[in-house]
Amino acid sequence: MTDLTAGGVNAPAIRRVEFDTEEAKARLRRRYRSEFRFKVYGFAALAVTTTFLLLLLSSIVSKGIPGFFQNVIVTDVLVDAGKIDPEGNGDAATLRAGDYTAIARAALAEAIPGIEGRQLKKELNGLLSSGAGDALREQVLADPSLVGQRVKTQLLLADEADVFLKDSSTTIRTIADTRGIATPTGTTGDVTIFVGANDFADDIAEVKAELKAKAAAIMEAIERRKARGAGPESLKDLEREAADLRIRYEAAATSETLDSKTPSRLVAINGGIVKVKEMTPTLVKGEVIIPLKSTADAAPGTWQIRVYEKPESNRNLNDRGLTFLEALKAKGLVENRFNWAFFTTGDSREAELAGIQGALVGSILTLLVTIGLCLPIGVLAAIYLEEFAPKNRMTELIEININNLAAVPSIVFGLLGLAVFLNFFNLPRSAPLVGGLVLALLVLPTIIIASRAALKSVPPSIREAALGVGASHQQAVFHHVLPLAMPGIMTGTIIGMAHALGETAPLLMIGMIAFIVDVPTSLTQAATVLPVQIFLWSDLPEPAFKMKTAAAIMVLLAVLFVMNGLAIWLRKKFERRW
Amino acid sequence: MDMRPDPLIMMTTQTAQATVAAKPKIVARNVNVFYGEKHALKDVSVDIPERSVTSFIGPSGCGKSTFLRCINRMNDTVPSCRVEGTILIDGKDIYDPALDPVQLRARVGMVFQKPNPFPKSIYDNVAYGPRIHGLSRSKGELDQIVEASLRKASLWEEVKDRLTDSGTGLSGGQQQRLCIARTIAINPEIILMDEPCSALDPIATARIEELMEELRHNFTIVIVTHSMQQAARVSQQTAFFHLGHVVEVGETPQIFTNPTDKRTQDYITGRFG
Repeated sequence: MTDLTAGGVNAPAIRRVEFDTEEAKARLRRRYRSEFRFKVYGFAALAVTTTFLLLLLSSIVSKGIPGFFQNVIVTDVLVDAGKIDPEGNGDAATLRAGDYTAIARAALAEAIPGIEGRQLKKELNGLLSSGAGDALREQVLADPSLVGQRVKTQLLLADEADVFLKDSSTTIRTIADTRGIATPTGTTGDVTIFVGANDFADDIAEVKAELKAKAAAIMEAIERRKARGAGPESLKDLEREAADLRIRYEAAATSETLDSKTPSRLVAINGGIVKVKEMTPTLVKGEVIIPLKSTADAAPGTWQIRVYEKPESNRNLNDRGLTFLEALKAKGLVENRFNWAFFTTGDSREAELAGIQGALVGSILTLLVTIGLCLPIGVLAAIYLEEFAPKNRMTELIEININNLAAVPSIVFGLLGLAVFLNFFNLPRSAPLVGGLVLALLVLPTIIIASRAALKSVPPSIREAALGVGASHQQAVFHHVLPLAMPGIMTGTIIGMAHALGETAPLLMIGMIAFIVDVPTSLTQAATVLPVQIFLWSDLPEPAFKMKTAAAIMVLLAVLFVMNGLAIWLRKKFERRW
Repeated sequence: MDMRPDPLIMMTTQTAQATVAAKPKIVARNVNVFYGEKHALKDVSVDIPERSVTSFIGPSGCGKSTFLRCINRMNDTVPSCRVEGTILIDGKDIYDPALDPVQLRARVGMVFQKPNPFPKSIYDNVAYGPRIHGLSRSKGELDQIVEASLRKASLWEEVKDRLTDSGTGLSGGQQQRLCIARTIAINPEIILMDEPCSALDPIATARIEELMEELRHNFTIVIVTHSMQQAARVSQQTAFFHLGHVVEVGETPQIFTNPTDKRTQDYITGRFG
């Protein structure tokens, strides 16, 4: 009790907290403002991250969903014995080697009859994937009695056709209220169609307007380059092009030639389709794509003008393919189906045939190696360091190094793997075994650190209780501490595995970046993993692979979410309170 | 503090006299304990008689828990701790290098300040010690040990229908009695109790104190306590620790009614502590 008065007479008087002075009020306002600011910052940070996360996810999902689907032609085909089993011996090897592509082509020719000429046939067959007959082959192998019968099957479309059907950027405008009687001069080849009214006057005006806009754009580009100091030599080509365009749109001539840079125009007449190459208000010259049934006069309104708004040069599918595809669609033969093959096939150069099973299996095999090494080594190392190791310089050094290893860039582990596992131990290149070894090095520090934290979080009273009833240190650790630390260790391990699953860089170094079609079946076979597959696909120019990339990312994210969810579930389920 | 001799002290005085002639179970001579540079116990010499309750009292940080933990070599688990001097149990040096501390701890059980049942079933809590020491040959025998231990800890009636429930689901007092049952399941000779009631309410404390009175007929009990009333109620001998020294050891009534040392007198009358 003497301490309070011992301060002596010189001690300053301790003031009491005031509420009413201006100073106190100002301090209060300042505190409120600071608290408000803090809340705003926190909320803003949260809003920004949420927005970006949503943007990312919605972008991936919207791009990836079409990747899970595939357009096919569903039709009856004649399984022609002459094409798959001409000698009629009916064994599996013969049936497997049969020419199913020819059957698929025949079915297509049946769906759009009368296509003549090498070029057109090639365009039509180009709609089919090189693996179009695969589904039929499986059907026939499963049931050889189908040979010679008509079978309902699906024919895979090539990726250009598939992407065209999924992508809505090409709109087709149909002008149906035609005013004149149209008379074609032939049913195939190059034809001229005479029209009784000036049905194409509007089209010509449109084309001229487009040419004018394009010329203006070129002139603008020329001006920009001039302003940047480009010499007149380099602008010559552009100037000539602009001049040509000007001549075309300024000419009073009523004839207009269509090229691949302007929207394509086609005339659908008498059951066939003619692609317009040249037109005047009352006449078009063009090339027949789908043969006409007759050269009879078509009454106004029974024939149509179709405009493919996107110019041919900007599309992957040309006018012929597009026209054939539209015809197939009009017949109701095209179906968009869920692409189960995406999960059951390996990689392919053909986008419509590429799947992720190879990468998925590669990832699983790699992770099996990783967890098989990491879990025992990591947990035992953690137990030893945490419970048994003497606390001296040596263990301290080891601890610091483990913590530092966790921060080493993953590519360094890849180089280490290349130098040690491939070059020194001569292990096979691109194999899940080596991938797993490298990833084990990568996640080992993570697991050791997580396991040590989990062991440390077990209250010492449990250890003392066990020692108090005469358990040895080791018994105390293995009977009591380790089981209680297990949920934490499992959580750390799963997070580490998720990290390993998403890792790409070190695997590139050990050759897991190769193009591998076969699904790996052993640890030493060449394989690739999901993130590397994504990396490979993202590099390819085909739009279909862009969809596949997004779809594979969705699969990878789904696996990661499941793994993290499992970790959270484990933590919640086995969480104990003392 | 008013030191009227209350009836309980009168009663324990008689029992204490009955046991004072008993030979000492634990003999400590010139025990010094260091935690790194810190000299925690200084030349402690105490005799602890068999089948009785001996309490250690003293202000916080005086070394009484440290000494208690020397008796079952629990201090071995603290890396910086160093023990000098001799502690004999039944005449045998427990710091003999040939002696295994784990076996020692099976003979010298310990109950801790905070109830610390294993997060396992009540049955497994009690059965753990007998299991690791191989004290039962069959499941039936183990069941008997568990029941007998829980009965001795006067917990049987409360938990016999829920032996598979977690030990951590019991109340604080029940948890502490479970810890006592766990300790006596391996039938130690000595039970060390480190402030066993400091986390309990008065009713639970009273039950533990009753229990100690029963247990002392079979076990040698050493208890560290902050409550002088508790020391007076349950113990026959009392040792007063101060700043690492044992200031005074004697029969409990004598320590509380007629201490020879001024410091003991000051402490029990509440001058410091």
